[in-house]
Amino acid sequence: MSHPIYIALIPLIPLACFLILGLFGRKYFSNSAGIIGTLGLLTSTLLSLSTAYEYLFVSGKVNGVFQKIEVVKFTWLQFSPGVSIDLGLLIDPITVMMLVVVSFVSLMVHLFSLGYMKGETRFATYYAFLGLFTFSMLGLVLSSNIFQIYLFWELVGVSSFLLIGFYFEKPSAVAASKKAFIVTRFADLGFLIGILVLSFYSHTLDFGVLIERLTTSGSPYLTAINAASFLGVSALTWGLLLVFMGGAGKSAMFPLHIWLPDAMEGPTPVSALIHAATMVVAGVFLVARLFPVFALSDPAALNVVMYTGAFSAFFAAVIACTQTDIKRVLAYSTMSQIGYMMFALGVSKYNGEDGLGYMGSMFHLFTHAFFKSLLFLGAGAVIHMVHSNEMKDMGGLRKLMPITHISFLIACLAIAGIPPFSGFFSKEEILMASFESNKLIYAVALLTSGLTAFYMFRLYYSIFWSKPADAHHHGHHGEGTLSMKIPLILLAILAVVAGFVPIASWITADGTAIHSSIPITFSILPVTLAVAGILLATRLFKTSNELPERIAIQMGGLYKAASRKFYIDEVYLFVTKKVLFNLIGRPAAWFDTNIVDGFMNLLAKLTASLSELIKGYQSGKVQDYALYFFGGIAGLIIAFIYLWK
Amino acid sequence: MNLTLFLLFPLFTALAILFAQNLKQIRSIALAGSLLQLGLAVKLLLAYNAERAAGNPAQMLFEYVQDWFAPLHLQYHIGVDGISIAMILLTSFIVVAGILVSWSMETLSKEFFFLLILLSFGAYGFFISLDIFTMFFFLEVAVIPKFLLIGIWGSGKKEYSAMKLALMLMGGSALIMVGIFGMYFSSHTSTGAHTFDLLLLSKMNIPIATQKLFFPFAFIGFGIFTAIFPFHTWVPDGHASAPTAASMFLAGISMKLGGYGCLRVATFLMPDAAHEYSWLIILLATIAIIYGAFATMMQTDLKYINAYSSVSHCGFVLLGIGMLTKTSITGAVMQMVSHGLMTALFFAAIGMIYSRTHTRMVAQLGGLLKIMPFISTVFVIAGLSSLGLPGFSGFVSEMTIFMGSWQNPDNLSRLATILACASIVVTAVYILRAAGKTIMGPITNSHYEQLTDASWNEKFAAVVLISGILIVGMAPFLLIDLIQPGTEIIINKLGAAISH
Repeated sequence: MSHPIYIALIPLIPLACFLILGLFGRKYFSNSAGIIGTLGLLTSTLLSLSTAYEYLFVSGKVNGVFQKIEVVKFTWLQFSPGVSIDLGLLIDPITVMMLVVVSFVSLMVHLFSLGYMKGETRFATYYAFLGLFTFSMLGLVLSSNIFQIYLFWELVGVSSFLLIGFYFEKPSAVAASKKAFIVTRFADLGFLIGILVLSFYSHTLDFGVLIERLTTSGSPYLTAINAASFLGVSALTWGLLLVFMGGAGKSAMFPLHIWLPDAMEGPTPVSALIHAATMVVAGVFLVARLFPVFALSDPAALNVVMYTGAFSAFFAAVIACTQTDIKRVLAYSTMSQIGYMMFALGVSKYNGEDGLGYMGSMFHLFTHAFFKSLLFLGAGAVIHMVHSNEMKDMGGLRKLMPITHISFLIACLAIAGIPPFSGFFSKEEILMASFESNKLIYAVALLTSGLTAFYMFRLYYSIFWSKPADAHHHGHHGEGTLSMKIPLILLAILAVVAGFVPIASWITADGTAIHSSIPITFSILPVTLAVAGILLATRLFKTSNELPERIAIQMGGLYKAASRKFYIDEVYLFVTKKVLFNLIGRPAAWFDTNIVDGFMNLLAKLTASLSELIKGYQSGKVQDYALYFFGGIAGLIIAFIYLWK
Repeated sequence: MNLTLFLLFPLFTALAILFAQNLKQIRSIALAGSLLQLGLAVKLLLAYNAERAAGNPAQMLFEYVQDWFAPLHLQYHIGVDGISIAMILLTSFIVVAGILVSWSMETLSKEFFFLLILLSFGAYGFFISLDIFTMFFFLEVAVIPKFLLIGIWGSGKKEYSAMKLALMLMGGSALIMVGIFGMYFSSHTSTGAHTFDLLLLSKMNIPIATQKLFFPFAFIGFGIFTAIFPFHTWVPDGHASAPTAASMFLAGISMKLGGYGCLRVATFLMPDAAHEYSWLIILLATIAIIYGAFATMMQTDLKYINAYSSVSHCGFVLLGIGMLTKTSITGAVMQMVSHGLMTALFFAAIGMIYSRTHTRMVAQLGGLLKIMPFISTVFVIAGLSSLGLPGFSGFVSEMTIFMGSWQNPDNLSRLATILACASIVVTAVYILRAAGKTIMGPITNSHYEQLTDASWNEKFAAVVLISGILIVGMAPFLLIDLIQPGTEIIINKLGAAISH
């Protein structure tokens, strides 16, 4: 394996960018910060590519099976013998794929931001935060220890908080960043307790050892964790589901998805980075990392993953059809696509060809990263031009922004699953895996893929067609700088060709290559549905007409509910405001000032009044003292007489 | 290494301050004195590590014994282990930072700096003492200056707060006194002579009945210093009224005296009773953690926010001690260090904001990041550290406590651990609410726009504390290696208590 230092540099370079730009950026690099950050990321990307090459083609495979390789490891925080947070670098197929995806997309975002964020007063700070985020995310995918991943998980959370709240003077941005952090932190509570449960029984925090101990049938650890149960559910299931809760939070799975649409308050390139390709797939990555335990020891927990994923995929697709803010459409579409990845893991098994779902999930993660970040960057270019996120302010932009238009179209075709664009291939694998495993899931997946095509083309037509071009007076702006166009072009190329990458022979559950061949007959149905979705969108949105509105009115309550995101936000608001604040917080504060402190004050008052009472006897009058004196003597005499026996 | 220097340095600094002519001289002397303390503490750390590396197995190093008042067996017995060194280092960091943030204290500056230094004298004395009566003596030395600091230089309802703090802490002291006398009078049963000596007491087995009787006195007494529920109400009022440096000393040092005492005196010397009452400690600690966090959420004054959050965070210390596992106790010591540094930093940031805007009300503040980026960044760092972000000290100490607590498989411990874990979500809520309103958002008051960012002394203070937080947070193994031998001895004693 290649030298550890060289892999360690992949996350450390962005960290260095963060430190340099964070500490000295304002003073010394206010203009060159972008270049510094971009060059740093370029180095990281090249190192990632070379690591991937080295692993996939040179050193990763032993006897036809890809190995998990721990490149370096040192004990950082020891809890008890054998149980410690080790900082290590773990290289395996999913890690190298994630390294490439994260560093590449981050590089594209760095590049795009050169133009997009130009003139921003906190330009250097922006690049510092991007560096911090990239460092955390790369550290997360390289983690060799479950607590190490939690550590980077939290860092990812805070750096996304900083990025979402970048426009800190906007109250809505502040609110969104808080919401994202708190909701994911709540989910991380599950993750943390899950770690406690799993480590308690497996006596380790190391991924390799943990997976081995909890998958070897008959191992004392596995026996113990299966024997222990709480509320009729085994400790293993509890542990895995709690860990999954953390994953569901970061990956915006129902019902922990509410932060994602609001997070669009951040600068748009940030959304391309965080909310398309990296942080939101962390949950999928986490489940994939622990996949052997899920698949081999606890199918029940895996079923939960499957249903959560499938429901989120469908639920988000329905909402996406009704949103009018283009970034929110993309946000819900992300949620929906991640749902695909989740249920693909859920339907999968571990060994060989049965692991098709796992492969499909990773494949979709890979292709989605490119076309989704392309969509966000394209949306960013559009917003940059029209200064609005609302569909109604757009339309007819295809002539004004030809590059954005074509690349956006490619991305839409990719996400809709039209051959030969990349999304088609990865989606087919997922559909095939679910078809073989669970027909209900398959049906949901099909339906969702039709919806996806529909809402994506609704979005596409509303931005680029719909109205005549001269409806706008923004033309003077142009399409943005070269640094904004290059990422669009590069990502568009990848959105076309990423489907031809032989993921099946590289990234599988058990490390052996699988040969998936999907018959053409199987593809007919999903592609037909996708085309139908596109045609429907064309009919409704290509030219501005009143049909969509009429349909919306006819659908009545359903449409309204979907456009209000099924009122999930209101439910949360009720729980936090009414329950947490009014039912717990306020009474706790009241109890503290009135009862606890009141008691202390009462004690003080009683002491004071008691002393007031006694004080009277120290009057300073000699007569009084004489009286007490003789009274005392008389008392003593009486006592002596009666008690002296 | 002569540990008495830790008493002599502050003493001479305090004396020198009395002879100083003007503010400039006073604060220079105070700063020089505090830097000397810091240097001495670092030297102690190095000397200690060198001794341990050379294989010195003694429980306490650099011991020195001198009879003080023989008829009552009072001794001046000093010595340190890793736990005390961690506390001494913490104290020295906070003293430096506290002096720096008080740089422009103009009212009665001589008395102010004198009292600050006196307080550090008491704290060092407490941490090096191995005689529980001397310990008690130094504990008292550290209380009285606080009463004056709040009463004279405080703000708001300062007389009430000063009185409340002094009375409640004195109440705690009274309980402690009962506890240590209980141990003293039972000590002759095994050796024939009475003793206050911590090491001698730890070697004998105090009868279980005696332990059960006196443990609550000692533990609750020290517990009051570290805000044990329901005796925590001096904390919010005391902090809110105290001048910045006094708040920093109070949270950073004084509350640690209590935690250290709970561990070193109550738990270590009366291990059977510690097992007996462990459920109660866990219960009270959990209440403090959760209830403190929710009470914090409702506060509107930055100082009250930090004070209530201290109640919650110190609950972690007590939880770690109450769980009685090696990992949890190690975590408790780490949490003391971590809480001391980050709360001091938080109070420093609040003080800097208050001295400029003249308000601490969250509702009145807003958008400070644009006007004073340095102070705002310090505030955010303190907040992130408080909510347990990896890289800062809070994360490692809290996680160690959680891992240690989870080792106890009974239902109460499990529930307590889960609630403690849940509290970090509530922490995120109140920290982000406070930061979101004061630091971020639009500027609420146009006259804020003329305000200046931190001065050199404030920056220096912040850097000292932040570097402490980062050292612990990034390289926790350094701290763990330091305190581990000490916690091991406590755990062995606790383990022996179960077996007999």
